[in-house]
Amino acid sequence: MVKEIDRAGIPVAHICTVVPISLTIGANRIVPAIGIPYPLGDPTQGEKKSKEIREQLVKRALKTLTIPVEEQTVFEEDF
Amino acid sequence: MSKKKIVHYINQFFAGIGGEEKADIAPEVKEGVVGPGVALEAALGDDYEIVATVICGDNYFSSNLENGVVEELLKTIKSYEPDGFIAGPAFNAGRYGVSCGTIAVAVQDELGIPAITGMFEENPGTDMFRKSIEIIKTKGSSADMRRSTKLMANLLKKKINGEEVLGPEEEGYHERGIRVNYFNERRGSERAVELLLKKIRGEEVYTDYPMPKVDRVPAAPPIKDLSKAKIALITSGGVVPQGNPDHIESSSATKWGKYSIAGMDHADKKDFMTIHGGYDREFITEDPDLCIPVDVLRELEKEGYIGELVDYFITTTGTGTATNNAKRFAEEYLPMLIEDGVDAVLLTST
Repeated sequence: MVKEIDRAGIPVAHICTVVPISLTIGANRIVPAIGIPYPLGDPTQGEKKSKEIREQLVKRALKTLTIPVEEQTVFEEDF
Repeated sequence: MSKKKIVHYINQFFAGIGGEEKADIAPEVKEGVVGPGVALEAALGDDYEIVATVICGDNYFSSNLENGVVEELLKTIKSYEPDGFIAGPAFNAGRYGVSCGTIAVAVQDELGIPAITGMFEENPGTDMFRKSIEIIKTKGSSADMRRSTKLMANLLKKKINGEEVLGPEEEGYHERGIRVNYFNERRGSERAVELLLKKIRGEEVYTDYPMPKVDRVPAAPPIKDLSKAKIALITSGGVVPQGNPDHIESSSATKWGKYSIAGMDHADKKDFMTIHGGYDREFITEDPDLCIPVDVLRELEKEGYIGELVDYFITTTGTGTATNNAKRFAEEYLPMLIEDGVDAVLLTST
């Protein structure tokens, strides 16, 4: 799906837990998520912390949509 | 003559330990055959014995790659001094396929022990590892167990005994992109004309040199101003309204859904549930925002960090879903996104 969205000219950030799969299918803007049963957040760290993590990931993913990407890029850190 | 020793790797599911709820189990070893090992051992014949079966949860494997799970498994496997190693077959189980490929390649490259695995064409593990190791072509489900274990056993025996491994067609493995030179009794021009005539007649043709399948799409150009952008939320995490009104499948999805989040300041468990059959649903059931981050996006919308969150989200189940179906889903909903003026997309995957 990611590839088709890019193909349509709409920038897309893939927030995903298994980065190698995302790379194989051909996503371009990739943001590694936390865990398979909880990609955005970490409920084991309590609700507040979990939401902070989610906000950080969402903001990072949104930011990747504002910069040009020449090749598949994994955004491990905030930038 | 003593029997040649084989070690077999399988996941929690094929070990009969459990499904997704047990996907977190740490590696364990059972002496002898477990599950699909029975068929494998039969196919290997009397001169071979599966001395141990190494079992690891799929999620444990993928989340502990950096914590040395591969090294730990290699140590265990090595302790049995096997003559050969088999992982899977994984059929169309994505995480299992990635685990099988990773461990089979590690055994082959780092322990120098002949190894093999098996999976379905569309398993992401196939593309990740086909260049590094022979992966027997299986069908999409374990109904193909007998046929595929036979092929795996045959090829592994050849590798152990140093016999020539023939091409992918002959042995039944996924093409590895390796070319081997050989002399054909007929010259190239003759064969080329014959091939052309076959094409003209509409017959099945065989090429010596298939064109590489490069399907890469360049990244779409960035948006200029987040604070004016209309953002859409899409997920392959299987979050749907309570009751799953459109009956989206919990694996191998054939459809997608579009559901309203209008007026919601977060994704509440009263409204949403997850039907994804590929992970432990406990956490997302309790808080769907962990998969569709409506809470954070609404706040960012209020703050003016983004222009607008589209008042629906699009969802399907990613596990086991054929890539051509996934492609079709996007082709189906993209005209709507374009019509609705969506500037950018966040797509979450479990």
